This record gives sequence, structure tokens and C-alpha cells, in this order.
Amino acid sequence: MASLTTKNLTKSFGTVEVLKGIDLEIDDGGFLVLVGPSGCGKSTLLNCIAGLEKTTSGEIRIGERNVEGLHPSQRDIAMVFQSYALYPNMTVRGNISFGMEIRGIDKAEQERAIAEVAEILQIGDLLDRKPMQLSGGQRQRVAMGRALVRHPQVFLFDEPLSNLDAKLRVDMRTEIKRLHHRLGTTIVYVTHDQIEALTLASKIAVLEAGYLQQAGTPDEVYNDPANMFVADFMGSPSMNLIESTLVEAGTGLAIVISGHGGSEITLPAPDTPEMRKHVGGPVVFGIRPEAMTDPDGADRTSPRIETRDCFIEVSQPAGSDTFALTPLGGKECIARFRADARIELGAFAPVSFNMTKAVFFDPITTDRIR
Amino acid sequence: MSHPAQENAINAGRLTRILIYTVLIFFVIYYLLPLWVMVSNSLKTLDEIRGGDMLAPPADITFEPWRQAWSQTQIGVEATGLKPYFLNSIIMVVPAVLLSTLLGALNGYVMTKWEFPGVNLIFGAMLLACFIPFQIVLIPMARILGMLGLAGTLGGLIMVHTVYGLGFTTLFFRNYYAAFPTELVRAAQIDGAGFFQVFRRILLPSSGPIIVVTIIWQFTNVWNDFLFGASFSGYSSTPITVALNNLVNSSTGVKEYNVHFAGAILAALPTLVVYIVSGRYFVRGLMAGAVKG
Repeated sequence: MASLTTKNLTKSFGTVEVLKGIDLEIDDGGFLVLVGPSGCGKSTLLNCIAGLEKTTSGEIRIGERNVEGLHPSQRDIAMVFQSYALYPNMTVRGNISFGMEIRGIDKAEQERAIAEVAEILQIGDLLDRKPMQLSGGQRQRVAMGRALVRHPQVFLFDEPLSNLDAKLRVDMRTEIKRLHHRLGTTIVYVTHDQIEALTLASKIAVLEAGYLQQAGTPDEVYNDPANMFVADFMGSPSMNLIESTLVEAGTGLAIVISGHGGSEITLPAPDTPEMRKHVGGPVVFGIRPEAMTDPDGADRTSPRIETRDCFIEVSQPAGSDTFALTPLGGKECIARFRADARIELGAFAPVSFNMTKAVFFDPITTDRIR
Repeated sequence: MSHPAQENAINAGRLTRILIYTVLIFFVIYYLLPLWVMVSNSLKTLDEIRGGDMLAPPADITFEPWRQAWSQTQIGVEATGLKPYFLNSIIMVVPAVLLSTLLGALNGYVMTKWEFPGVNLIFGAMLLACFIPFQIVLIPMARILGMLGLAGTLGGLIMVHTVYGLGFTTLFFRNYYAAFPTELVRAAQIDGAGFFQVFRRILLPSSGPIIVVTIIWQFTNVWNDFLFGASFSGYSSTPITVALNNLVNSSTGVKEYNVHFAGAILAALPTLVVYIVSGRYFVRGLMAGAVKG
């Protein structure tokens, strides 16, 4: 087990720069999730850590060791691929033991190691089958088994669940989390699914266009996003990003948001030096759907609940909640009402804003205003 | 009822069916006729052939022409039959096919899984090798064989056929391996497998269909080649195609048509056997990739 650090890591394919100076750190035993939309460079970053792609510049350390120039097999890592990459011509047993065979580990030890992972992953009865004869979930287990027998310093997972159906994905997610608790090995995990990121990670790194947008605990990334990209990307439904105008109101600051048909609502804003710089100008007001509720559903522990009348256009019952759509700042915003809240469409209704959860962004730089 | 297309197929009608079979039977006869002529005439005596009717079955079956063609007839200056030349061809074909297949597989592996700058240029150049007519390479090849001291030997012929076949075998394997998932190679690398271990343990075991296609292709081409054989073989390294020509085209004495037919069948037999034995793999190999596993 070991920590993992990247320092100012860059990677170019020809003239295209895919990674633009990534600084990351994950502690020994941590679970780092790299998340971002397609093409953000997260898989490239993983391949660089694995040694499957050569980095252009920068440094990668596994434990205390600089792994620059080391062959993938010498980095003490194990990788689970999106397609599982099981050797089609070998049985499950052969797949799991292939690496040990190459490293010249004796037969008895191989058998012991196979039995051990087969027990952990409950694939004992599949050992003599070929990958073709396995279901998606079983292949996934075998792929993890192949990684487990190595007892590596770091596990690398490249979108391991994206080929599974929705239900199986949830099951395997739990399984991976359990496995991590049991083994305590450092994991780097790539996904484009932000729910997977939030549920699994001890640390999330959000990538976009080759830049690291934010790295932090799931709570930090979710509740304290560094910029509008992170705010929008994490969470489902995503955060409402509402255009508003910052004005002075009495002793403090307030934002003014245009609503339905020329109406306006005003909400208090935190009075900080940073915010003061934007007085009279536009700011983006970010608030998650669950912080915009019907008054009865508002978080009673929050000291700052502001209730305003908003025009409800559409409601979308979703079983456990009902999502209400209201136009604010020229956009449809989603509020999360209780499932049994009575919603009258096409009319104004009181909406409670939990202002402790509100965040503000600079619309030009898209960065957070603190 | 829910499958109208199927209904139509079933109700296509008796007349259509008869028509289809008639046409098919006609073509079967049309294609099998030359074979029939060769086989039946190779079993006739020379007198019977001279009697006329080429299509008639042999009245009196004799295997003498076959014995003649195989081991007794005059080819060139010696009465050896086709036997030594048949062996020459085997000695030439087997290593040439195996070598060009193996090298083609290695080329395909390198060009798809270990890409290097300029790989497409090199692949393009190798593709060109498929389109170069034999005649163009004759004189440079003769020079090279001479310089290597391989002129007029079976070794020289093996080299010529290996080199000439490389363009095709590389093309086959490159295209096959291009569809082979790179993640498997990466997984094997992480498992610690080296360049040749990945090739031998991961790629080759999955290459069955394309190996068969390549072997059939190369075997047929090398076995049937006449020009290289006529140009570069010596007295003791003449392949069967050239010997057959010498047999049929010899201008002395009587034309023994029955022996010629038997000789021609002998010369064609190995390729026929290869097709019959591995034909179904050939079709399967050509279809590989069409259906994803």
C-alpha cells in the first residue's frame, strides 16, 4: 500500500495537449476518483499512472518511488479495464494466474492465491470456464480477481462498471466499496458517473479539458465547488446556476433575480470583501435543488431560510420527491419539493431557499466568489 | 402472420423452386466438366483417347498413365516422372508458407500494437508489394540471389516466395489485429508479459482463423507459381509447375494426353487438399469480425 502523487503532470499527443499540469495527491489507503466528461483526460491520466502512456513532463510517485520510465509491470499496480480485457483463450484460472506465471511464482503458491481471490469474490465455481461463457457481472469479478492476486500498491480502475446494466452497477459499486474497506489498498478510479464518484471516493478529482478543476472530499466538491463547471457537473439534478445582480441593501448585500413575467425576487447575499467587488454587477447565484424546497420541507436546522414566491411552471413527480420547475434569471430552475407537497401549476407558490447552501460565482471567470 | 417475408419465402412456388434447381444443376455440371474430362481421360489408354469422344467415361480403366506421370515419364532429359519435382515443391512451399505467415503475424502485431512514427508509411510500402507485378522484380531478385549465393537453389526460391508473400500476410494480420482489443495487450503488459510473450500467449492463440486464411492463400500462390520457379530454379530445384510444363510442352515423340492429364491433376492435388481440409476455416476467417463475440 502506498500513497500516490502527481506533480505538474502533462501529456501531449502530437500537438494536442491532453493533460495540462495535473497536481494530485492521494494518501495511503485512499480512494481517489477521477471524474469528468468524455475527453477530459481522465483515462489518459490513469494510463500515465499505469505506465501505459509515456508522460510528456512532470512526475508520478507511488509511495516514495518515482516511477518515471518504469515498465507497467514494475510499478506495483494492478488495473481493471472497462472492457475487462480478459484473455479470451484462457480459463478464468489462467486469466488470474497469468501474471504470476510470468513472474515465475511456483505452482503451489499460485493455487493458494487463486483460491484466496476466488473466495473473496465468490468465483470458485467459475475457475474452469472461458470468459466467453461468463455474464458481464462475472467477467467484472474475474477482472478484479486478476488485479487482486497481485497485492499491488495501487489499484487502477478504468470505468469498470460502465458496461453493466443499471442494477448490477449498483451491486458492484457496493462490492468495490466493501473490497476497499477490507483490503485498505489505495485505489484510483476513473468514471464519468458523478454518483459513482460521490458514493465511492474518499477524494474526488474533477477534470475538464485537461485541467484539474477541483480535488477534495466528496462533501467539499459537492457543497463547496471551486467553479461553475464543478458545480454543474457534480450532483443530479445539477445545481441551479442563476444569473442575478448584486446590489447594496441597507447595511448588507443582496441579489436581485428576475422571475416570471417581470417579477423579481431579492435574496440576501454574504457581505465579504470579495463580494463587495462585484456590487452593481452580475453574479451567478448557485443553489442546489434540495436547497430550494416547499416551506414545510425546508431544513429546520438551517439558520437562514428565506421564503419567496416563485411561479411554478412544471412539476415532475419522481417517486421520493417532486421536482418543480420555476423560471429564475431567465432559466428553468429546479426546486425539490416533498413528494406529497401540493403544487398548483401556473401559479405563484412559496419556495424556501436554504441560504447556508448558497454559493456565488463570477460569470466572467466562472470562479467562485467567496 | 407476423413474418410476411417468411411467408413469401415459403410460398415461393414449385415452379420457382424447379427453376432455381435447374439453374444450379446446370452450373454444377458446367464447373465440374473440366475436372471430369481430366479425370476420365487420365484413366483411358492413349488409343481410346485418339478414338475421339473426350467426354465419354473410360471403357477400360487403367492406372498406367498415373504411374507414368508420377515416376516414369520423361521430363527434361531424365525419365523420372513428376515425383522429384513434387518433392521439390513441398520442400519449397512448407518453409516459405510458414516463414511468411510468421513474419506477417509479427509485422501485423508490431504495426497495430507497438505503433511507431512512420508506421503508416511502412504499411503503405508493404501494401505496394501486393500490387507489384512479378516481372518487375525478376532482374533485381536475380541479382540479389546471385550475390547471396542462392541462385538456382531451393533456399533461394524459399526466400523469393517469403519476401513476395510478406506484403499479403502483413496486410492480413495487420487488419485482423487492428480489431484485436488493445486493452488485452495492456493488461498483459501490466501482468509483466514482454514483447514476445504478449505475441505468443495472447495474440497468436486468438489468431486461428487468420492463420488459416494466410496459409491457404500463401500455399496456393507459392505452389501454383510458375514464373519465379521458371526463372530462379536450377536443375535440381525445379518445382512441379515448371516440370509439368516441361512434360506437356516437350516436342519430341507422341503426345501422351492421358499422362498429361494425370500429371496436371497430381500438380493440382495439394492445393485441392488444403482447400477441402481447411475451407470452412477459410470462410470463417473471412467472416471474422463480422460478428462480434
